[in-house]
Amino acid sequence: MNAVADPVGAMDQSNEIADHVAQAFAAKTPLAIRAGDTKSFLGEIGRGEILDVAGHSGIISYEPGELVLTARAGTPLTEIETTLAEAGQQLAFEPPHYGQGATLGGVIAAGVSGPARPFNGAARDFVLGTRIVNGRGECLRFGGEVMKNVAGYDVSRLLAGSFGTLGVLLDVSLKVLPAAHHQATRVFEHSAETALDAFKRWRLRPWPITGAYWENGLTYLRLSGAETAVRSACEQLGGQSLAMDYRNFWTEVREQTRPLFTQDERPLWRLSLPPAAPLLDNAGPNAIDWGGAQRWLLSDEPAATIRQRVAAQDGHASVYRGHTTPRFHPLSKSLLALHQRLKASMDPAGILNPGRLYPEL
Amino acid sequence: MAAVTEPVAAEDETLVDKDGLIAQLKAELPDDVVLHDEEDLRPFECDGLSAYRELPMLVVLPATEAQIQTTLRICHANNVPVVARGAGTGLSGGSLPLDRGVLLSLARFNQILDIDADNARATVQPGVRNLAISEAVADLGLYYAPDPSSQIACSIGGNVAENSGGVHCLKYGLTTHNILQVTIITLEGERLTIGSMALDSPGYDLLALMTGSEGLLGVIVEVTVKLLPTPEVARVALIAFDGLRQASNAVAAIIQAGIVPAGLEMLDNPAIKATEDFVHAGYPTEAAAILLCEVDGTAAEVEEHIEAVRDVVERCGATEIRLSQDEAERARFWAGRKAAFPAMGRVRPDYYCMDGTIPRKALADVLIGIGDLSQEYELDVANVFHAGDGNLHPLILYDANNPGELERAEAFGGAICQLCLDYGGSITGEHGVGVEKIDQMCVQFPPAELTQFHAIKSAFDPKGLLNPGKAVPTLHRCAEFGAMHVHNGELPHPELERL
Repeated sequence: MNAVADPVGAMDQSNEIADHVAQAFAAKTPLAIRAGDTKSFLGEIGRGEILDVAGHSGIISYEPGELVLTARAGTPLTEIETTLAEAGQQLAFEPPHYGQGATLGGVIAAGVSGPARPFNGAARDFVLGTRIVNGRGECLRFGGEVMKNVAGYDVSRLLAGSFGTLGVLLDVSLKVLPAAHHQATRVFEHSAETALDAFKRWRLRPWPITGAYWENGLTYLRLSGAETAVRSACEQLGGQSLAMDYRNFWTEVREQTRPLFTQDERPLWRLSLPPAAPLLDNAGPNAIDWGGAQRWLLSDEPAATIRQRVAAQDGHASVYRGHTTPRFHPLSKSLLALHQRLKASMDPAGILNPGRLYPEL
Repeated sequence: MAAVTEPVAAEDETLVDKDGLIAQLKAELPDDVVLHDEEDLRPFECDGLSAYRELPMLVVLPATEAQIQTTLRICHANNVPVVARGAGTGLSGGSLPLDRGVLLSLARFNQILDIDADNARATVQPGVRNLAISEAVADLGLYYAPDPSSQIACSIGGNVAENSGGVHCLKYGLTTHNILQVTIITLEGERLTIGSMALDSPGYDLLALMTGSEGLLGVIVEVTVKLLPTPEVARVALIAFDGLRQASNAVAAIIQAGIVPAGLEMLDNPAIKATEDFVHAGYPTEAAAILLCEVDGTAAEVEEHIEAVRDVVERCGATEIRLSQDEAERARFWAGRKAAFPAMGRVRPDYYCMDGTIPRKALADVLIGIGDLSQEYELDVANVFHAGDGNLHPLILYDANNPGELERAEAFGGAICQLCLDYGGSITGEHGVGVEKIDQMCVQFPPAELTQFHAIKSAFDPKGLLNPGKAVPTLHRCAEFGAMHVHNGELPHPELERL
């Protein structure tokens, strides 16, 4: 097997982590799981004794021909992306880093995906298998390194976006994809409304679109794939080519570091909506990503007002910056009860990142 | 390890009061919804895995969600197990009835409720056929991507329950990648919406958990699927090899070249011969294996990729390469693949279709291993499968009229499952565990994982009444199966990675 040699510092701390959780289970000590500590702004504030998993690091196996990479949760995201790039491959869900120390485990636990998400899939779509420690301190393995696997419940994908409340991620196997040979970004002068209309039309076209973003009167459409396909789509689309270095542009979109996000003190809201949902009343949004399905709103309005408006369009709203609780859109009573039962089934003592996803979990 | 909490009903053989149950159901449901005469029950005795048959105690054929809720509430109150059934095309016995249970048929839920081109989605009832969705949206230039080979008959509710795949899931993903929202009714009769009309939903990814849960967590009553734009062009390359190893290497080489084909299928020589005799697709009958490699996209993209495929397979020692020149030729190339299963029926009266997955690099070794097992069990085998995904479908040919052959075929199948696990694979890629591979689950998963699965089920179905005895074996059953006893708690081949 073409396993990657462990670089200096990479090591397997599975047993130490499992022992730590087992002791915490016995003593009912809440644990706050942490590695790069780049995503603490997402979700609620964690409480409990810090369980640092950053040391559990290193790529375990990677074979480009299999399109599968398996790495320990503490592996830096940059290490994974560099390794993949050397083989002409990528994480197609384009995960945001939100800081220099971002790790694979953090990305999967937070379930975050970048501008390519509507076109390539989300973090959870690329998770093939996981090894975890559940709330009893047991090491468990779900899924695998194969593309298709329907043996047992899909616990691996369930863990994506669960913010460590169901288990401590040890290892993650991801499907990886060839990086596009060619990329181009076209720019159009659009109001928010005409941008949504354009996204609607483009959704029906078999073009290799991998990014559809709007802010401040301009729509940015990214195409990636075979050179011929990108070129012919650009010809049909028209528009202008992007003047600035487009890679930096899409990185800023991915990281929410465009000036409009950083030069405004108001609370930042992420609105997740059906892509063609109409603009909501008089309020924003300030930016539209994911071809309409992810919208960013800077607003001082009360949380309840924003959430009510978004829910009326079959969407949900979460706070990325600002002092609102709950941070994530509240669950219905029956769904919350199911979440609590599911949490108890994996973490019966409620010691794993309690309150990190919702105050009640 | 924690104390084991196993679902009570799963192994509980206590008889329920059938007449009392019928009376309770009939008091609240229209007459034609509750079937209990033997002749009415007979059509439900098996699904696509017809070697397993059982008459249900009774069948409920609801027409409304309220009727489903009523049925489930009554079953819950009476501790009666419930098996949900869609089109009954499943290949692992997932909807095999229980003689002490209710079979809940979703056949009447066959309406497309909403087509929303702006949001590229369709909301349908669970009994809608897979292909009917693509047909209904074709004039919008859209389609539903997952295409199990039974797509003409199988229903979307069953697709969600099994996380069905198909030829095109190499590029477009499985059911789990192509649905937005499902509505379920729990055994207690509660209606829950899981997922959302947006691209994600708050809280846990219950949609992932529900997909492929084989009817053990809830009854699916509505599904919203994602629709994709129909590719402008698709072309198929038919590529012949004179060795299994060369063909297998070509599969990995195509992927490694940075091409993600829409489909990448392999047929071995017995499969080529049988299909050629049957449909005359023009397959080279002397080849050891052929690959069917479809690429799709814009015209320019397809041109670029098909030439790249040609280069790669020439280097891998292809003996013949044919590229489809038009839609008619493309259809002809696929005709053999699509007719492969029925074609086997002409070789031997019965076949047993397996469904293991392996890493692509192990393709050649596992195919050769299956050939060795074929000699050992003295049964012929043909391989027609999703090579690009490493998803094998060995067809074990047998004649059920010959005493002992079915049992030998099953033992051969079990040995193939073991072989897949030995190479780091899975016992099922897309057909599900059902009753068929329940014992092999004891080999794939240690007790702690199985216990965790049962605990998850209890969060949805504390009484363990939804499809008991399927998908996840009890530890008791595993102990009887022996895999764990024999090896003193350790799996066979502990040296092998089993992520």
